[in-house]
Amino acid sequence: MANQETINHKIHYLAEQHRRHEAVRKIQRLAAQIRKDVVLMIGCEGNVGHLGGSCSSADIVAALYGYKMKLEPKNPNWEGRDKFLYSKGHAGIAQYAVLAELGYFPKEDLLRVKGLGSRLQGHPDRIRTPGIEANTGSLGQGLSIANGMALAMRLDKKPNKVYCIMGDGEQAEGQIWEAAMAASAHKIDNIVGIIDQNCLQATGSIIERFNTNPLPEKWAAFGWHVIEIDGHNIEEILRALDEADTIKGKPTAIIAHTVKGKGISFAENAAGFHNGALTPEQYETALKELDAQLAELDG
Amino acid sequence: MSKTQSQRLAYGEELVALGRENKDVVVLEADLGKSTMSYLFQQEFPERYFEMGIAEQNMLSTAAGLAVSGKIAFCNSFAVFAAGRPYDQIRQTISVGKLNVKVCGSSAGLSDFGDGSSHQAVEDIAIMSAIPNMTVLAPCDAEETRQCVRAAAEIQGPVYIRVLRNDLPDILPEGAEFHLGEPRVLRDGSDIVIFAHGVMVKKALDAASELDEAGISAQVVNICTMKPFPYEAVAALARGKKAVVTAEEHNYIGGLASQTALALRGSRICMDYVAIDDTFGQSAHSPEELLEFYGLTKEHIIRKVKELL
Repeated sequence: MANQETINHKIHYLAEQHRRHEAVRKIQRLAAQIRKDVVLMIGCEGNVGHLGGSCSSADIVAALYGYKMKLEPKNPNWEGRDKFLYSKGHAGIAQYAVLAELGYFPKEDLLRVKGLGSRLQGHPDRIRTPGIEANTGSLGQGLSIANGMALAMRLDKKPNKVYCIMGDGEQAEGQIWEAAMAASAHKIDNIVGIIDQNCLQATGSIIERFNTNPLPEKWAAFGWHVIEIDGHNIEEILRALDEADTIKGKPTAIIAHTVKGKGISFAENAAGFHNGALTPEQYETALKELDAQLAELDG
Repeated sequence: MSKTQSQRLAYGEELVALGRENKDVVVLEADLGKSTMSYLFQQEFPERYFEMGIAEQNMLSTAAGLAVSGKIAFCNSFAVFAAGRPYDQIRQTISVGKLNVKVCGSSAGLSDFGDGSSHQAVEDIAIMSAIPNMTVLAPCDAEETRQCVRAAAEIQGPVYIRVLRNDLPDILPEGAEFHLGEPRVLRDGSDIVIFAHGVMVKKALDAASELDEAGISAQVVNICTMKPFPYEAVAALARGKKAVVTAEEHNYIGGLASQTALALRGSRICMDYVAIDDTFGQSAHSPEELLEFYGLTKEHIIRKVKELL
């Protein structure tokens, strides 16, 4: 009997492992697809796009949309949904990609991004785009908006969470710290602030400008539960998101160490691709690399 | 003779009344609740009242988050801090997104007389009016303030309400209804028309009485809805008159004078204004002292009318 129980336990454990492994692979695949869509959106006809910060946060976005958040893509305004907000609204093209992959709107729409009359604006627009919760683009404001959403969930006795990705350059905006204090003061524990720490801002290295470090100490000092992770390690992202669910009475900040332009060799750690155009050669190279990543994940 | 009442007390009381009827009404305050009178709401509905500290920008963006979640969020501060400091937050998320955030700019104009220019909003209507999707209301007495709170809750989208600190004489006749964008004719007259809002409405009425004695028949019209500005109605009221004078406790740029001039474009009617002449306020011992200094009195209105005729 005992032997059978042990075997059952082992089978269950292996099944769990397998499920987790499959979930990780699914998220990795979604992240690679997001990066590929972002490259397709930027194209190679001289249009610029925020490649670097979209790629640095793509794994987190994929983990949220592909695993963590309660969503109904066919019903974007579903009352029971969790909410996601890019405070660094310039990375909105990564959100467009995941929304299209999940079926919020047709994938063809991605290629009309930033065109006159397009539902996909240069920065997130709730009125035009299904699945966008609020307009962002002016840096430093998203966490405050997310706090408001979280307070509304509390008033409405909803069990949901709000996830808000900020940039590390964006930490220079004073309002971030107003929002950090507000979340502590109001004991908002249904919010998760995620800092995409890719160490670069539009014109170069963050430590050579307003050094926003040390982020873990700062967020802890503002009364947040802090988790530090490798922002490209899906296991770590999932563990951090699950840990946030267990924290009561205070907000959670996830400091994610990331690489700007992650997944595209020539764009990695290059400030020039914060909001740059791609040459036809770069475009081909990027697609080739991402297709190889997708093929490996499928294989 | 006429009773005076506090606009801000009326504002606070009406918020409470609104809160009793509508559970979706929430109130945010930036540490000035005893001045804006939002604390009345806090006393009755503590769970729907959010003290957001001395951080106005965060307050407005938080209100945006509440509004996208189905709440009607009233934000309170002095007009300078409610319309000026969080301008970008009001613009970017609230107005572009057409959110149900209602901004109460309290102690507006020169009404916070003692605190000086840092606390006196002379340009709030101009700033708020320049933002697409925004509605701007400038009530003239306590009753109209109550009506503005009601109207703000019903309007789908952002609203700015300008509330003064000083007690104001009752202007509206009993039972008067509020219609958004509709000028209120308070006194009939055939020679000239005076358009006014806020504290200047009573002064316009007093000016009209004196002009009457001098044989000049002046119509007095209260313009509470500064946006959407009633261009056509203003032009229609001006038609057939010999002159138009506007009166406002606000910079002439971007306020009632500017908007009325736009309404009259294409007509031959002559017009002048009584307003703050593109300058900041300063401290004084009473609001009346400031209104006198900046040329915002009954006598100034009368002088403008006579000059035009």
